[in-house]
Amino acid sequence: MSAEVQKLGMPKWGLSMREGRVVGWLVDEGADVAVGDEVAEVETEKINGVVESPAAGVLRRRVAAEGDVVPVGGLLGVIADPSVPDPDIDAFIADFEATFVPGEAEEDAGAQPETVTVGAGTLRFLRQGEGGEPLVLLHGFGGDLNNWLFNAQPLSADRAVYAIDLPAHGGSVKDAGDGDVRVLVDAVREFLETEDIRRVHLAGHSMGALVAAELALAEPDRVLSLALVAPAGFGEEIDAEYVNGFVSATGRRELKPVLQRLFADPDLVNRQMVDDVLKYKRLDGVQAALETLSARLFPDGRQARVLTGELESGYPGPVLVIWGERDAVIPAAHADAAPARAETHVLPGVGHSPHMEAARDVNRLLEGFLAGVRAG
Amino acid sequence: MARNISFQQAINEALAQEMERDERVVVFGEDVVGGSGSPGEDDAWGGVLGITKGLYAKFPDRVIDTPISESAFIGAAAGAAASGLRPVAELMFVDFMGVCLDQIFNQAAKFRYMFGGKAVTPMVIRTMFGAGIRAASQHSQALYPIFTHIPGLKVVVPSTPYDAKGLLIQSIRDDDPVIFLEHKALYTVEGDVPEEPYAIPFAEANIVREGSDVTVVALGRMVHLAEHAAEDLAGEGIDCEIIDPRTTSPLDEDTILESVENTGRLVVVDEANPRCGLAADIVARVAQEAFGDLKAAPRMVTPPHTPVPFSPVLEDAYVPTPAGIAEAVRATAGAAAAA
Repeated sequence: MSAEVQKLGMPKWGLSMREGRVVGWLVDEGADVAVGDEVAEVETEKINGVVESPAAGVLRRRVAAEGDVVPVGGLLGVIADPSVPDPDIDAFIADFEATFVPGEAEEDAGAQPETVTVGAGTLRFLRQGEGGEPLVLLHGFGGDLNNWLFNAQPLSADRAVYAIDLPAHGGSVKDAGDGDVRVLVDAVREFLETEDIRRVHLAGHSMGALVAAELALAEPDRVLSLALVAPAGFGEEIDAEYVNGFVSATGRRELKPVLQRLFADPDLVNRQMVDDVLKYKRLDGVQAALETLSARLFPDGRQARVLTGELESGYPGPVLVIWGERDAVIPAAHADAAPARAETHVLPGVGHSPHMEAARDVNRLLEGFLAGVRAG
Repeated sequence: MARNISFQQAINEALAQEMERDERVVVFGEDVVGGSGSPGEDDAWGGVLGITKGLYAKFPDRVIDTPISESAFIGAAAGAAASGLRPVAELMFVDFMGVCLDQIFNQAAKFRYMFGGKAVTPMVIRTMFGAGIRAASQHSQALYPIFTHIPGLKVVVPSTPYDAKGLLIQSIRDDDPVIFLEHKALYTVEGDVPEEPYAIPFAEANIVREGSDVTVVALGRMVHLAEHAAEDLAGEGIDCEIIDPRTTSPLDEDTILESVENTGRLVVVDEANPRCGLAADIVARVAQEAFGDLKAAPRMVTPPHTPVPFSPVLEDAYVPTPAGIAEAVRATAGAAAAA
């Protein structure tokens, strides 16, 4: 392995990413890197992210310069053992450049969303990875499967990872029935049945975490573990201005400040992110479904359902709770209500979307948690 | 879910989905069924450019060919709208609108106001506009300023397939008369469009590109030329923000003013003639509301104040170009640097 030359490629974050711009390198040429080390910062149309090293070794060459726009799968740099001679590195780069076709890269050609029909209607989902005990990711209120753009692929190294659009969200049916959380829970349960997933790790964000927890309570034998990121259902408080603002915003100027409440760093919310949410909100049926859901789940600016007491005794499996200390939507203090046996982490300097804002930390915590579940 | 379709397909899809959703929606105009010996599903062309193709087969009672009399069928649309239908009338070229101005200006645009809100006129007039296809003076004009001038009308000028579908659906659902202007050179432009129906609200400008040096406002086909210019200018270190108002009435002034507040510089690209045009209107609004933010004189990029020439050489010189837009942007940026 040590003599192998490893490609550091442009990652694919989200379904629509085609290319990224190198904002800056975080590691010098010649420096040692370990698997998972942050090596470069990349900007896409939607969001900025950090590229992690796929291999251990020395960053032998920075092929892309700061400011370069590189297609998904394109060469950012080369990692290899110091023993590999320079001409071999040059030959690797020359060979890559001679054969690389943008758009045909494995990363790009890879996962395409699929659909499945359940009682609530059509559900869209994205599956990455194979085998293992599958992990299902559930987004929050108003979100979609793309919210896991920094997580789904890294977590799929040794298991199948499914990111689902819940009813009334993303590319799924634009209807949430009477808005009860059961509509969402049933849709996920039917999804698991249709895809023949018998036992599953569930990870959810915010409202999606509530759905995951409800499903774990309903079917404790089926749910191998429960990872809850800034979960709803841990206390009554919720930022009513966020919920109401998200539901009522019809234009960019109204929506942008609302979306900025999701992050500790408001600069993460760019034009494309706002446009994407607006495009979703304009679809027929979405507005009514969001109103129905929010009226049922968050009436009068409170959370209708608090299930921490039930979780303590009603679900015996392992629980991971991750919160951002600067969460402006659901207070991080709710983490105190986590079941006593839960592994709880409150991340400093992070808002309501730790899986996007501190993706690397969240991925490490999830990987460690899932590995522990297997070992246990 | 979104997929790649053309501007023309986006319009067709918007019509089909709204006709499916609301049986009050009717389509009429010259050759909207089309084809020799029509009515007949098999040979129905769906208009001279095929925009309404397939609608007659799905909704045979609601897609109606009219005689070649714009004044008659635009008047019929106004009457149908006032009495409960939601007509979408296709008036082939905006240049022919002259013969039905009374129906539009004095009737449709005035009903709601003059009847104290007790009457509404939910009609849409779809029409082609714009130069660049060698169609000469009587088939090439960009007449949206004329309609923008009339209170009571709403005026929509989409630049992309996504906007075309969402704005046409909004136009059909709107209770006021809407003039919907389609640039003929955009019909084959492709882009991502959701399969599901969706409505884009009026007076919600699209920020096509974010930038910090110069605000460029452009409409319809000019948006694409402005994007070309902005690419070139980025290489020179000039960072353009491109704003597409999408509707000229109502106009999203706030987005333009906020942008100028950041950049201090304004270039408006308008395919209409320069006198009393949209460029002049926007420059005047910005001069009045944001004079203190301006670092340089705003500039208008428009054709000269002449009819559209038929000579290809002259027509190419007549329509704004990316080079001409870039020159205007450089001039405002340069003026600021010198100041």
